[in-house]
Amino acid sequence: MLNYIWPILILASFIYAIFSGNVQNLNSSIFKSLEEVITLSMTLVGTMCLWCGMMEIVKNTSIMKKIIRMLRPVLNWLFPESKNNEEAMENISMNTISNILGLGNASTPAGIKAMESLQKENKNKQKLSNSMLMLIVLNTTSIELIPTTVIAIRTSLNAQNPADIIIPIWFATIIGTVVGVISTKILIKRSKNK
Amino acid sequence: MTYISAMIIPTIISIILIVGLKEKKNVYDLFINGAKDGIKVVLKLFPTLIGIFLAIYMLRSSGLIDFICNIISNVTKIFSIPSEILPLAIIKPISGSGSMAIATEIMAHFGVDSNIGRIAATIMGSSETTFYVIALYMSSVKVKDGRKVVIPALLADLASTISAILFLS
Repeated sequence: MLNYIWPILILASFIYAIFSGNVQNLNSSIFKSLEEVITLSMTLVGTMCLWCGMMEIVKNTSIMKKIIRMLRPVLNWLFPESKNNEEAMENISMNTISNILGLGNASTPAGIKAMESLQKENKNKQKLSNSMLMLIVLNTTSIELIPTTVIAIRTSLNAQNPADIIIPIWFATIIGTVVGVISTKILIKRSKNK
Repeated sequence: MTYISAMIIPTIISIILIVGLKEKKNVYDLFINGAKDGIKVVLKLFPTLIGIFLAIYMLRSSGLIDFICNIISNVTKIFSIPSEILPLAIIKPISGSGSMAIATEIMAHFGVDSNIGRIAATIMGSSETTFYVIALYMSSVKVKDGRKVVIPALLADLASTISAILFLS
């Protein structure tokens, strides 16, 4: 997709600049953009390292297990057909908790493992089961309690309070997830009635 | 309010460290080990940042973006979406690193603490790259029939984007 959008944006900008007499500006903006990325990345490395380091500590403590226990009743409601499949539920919990803590690199492997264990109990191997539908939607909405990357970027851009974006993010992500879960449940119900 | 939000990050860090110490972990070693990953994340994002920043800077300096925004804003006004945010909302479900770069550029251009900048950050933090997740998860178990999983996923995207905008404006 970006293989088309990206060149079109650049070519169209050049053509428009010629007609609007902004070629000088356009030319200097090319080099300004590169400079901006360098300064941004330098500060971004610092804050990203801070959060990755902190999350490594989290991964090695019992914080994860405690939240998993708290989540279990919610997950049982979300995945009623799989709640007795211990292997699947364990991977789903791992996946969910990694999403919540913003551990992007840990959530995907757990999510894939969960899909594989759900596939074992799936009756029609060509078709997503109800639990799989829910798992995929939950991962696209992805509730993130500590949005580490966004905080890191805001820090590197000198925001007054990099973390105060957390509250609007919680609000938006919870509404998105609720809409996702409800519409998935409706989708499942409707396909049952057919 | 500013005091409370100034408390968030130090508090999170302290809680993590206290729990780590209580469970007798080598918190410093763990921290150093994990911090290495931060470099990898930025290194992976860097080429995308260059590509997207280049294209958007050219769009802005040529004046083309104002031209497009003027046309689009007539439509987006109906949904009360600021037209500056539209490129982000469109790329968001398609490309993760691409939308991250666009959001960063919007924050840098309009100011990280401006309304537009905060909306961009919220959209960025509130959902994942929908099509990427669907493709990855479906192909991992080689399932062909997706049972329209795209519909709830995109509805959720739309809901979180609109609520981000409504919450902040």
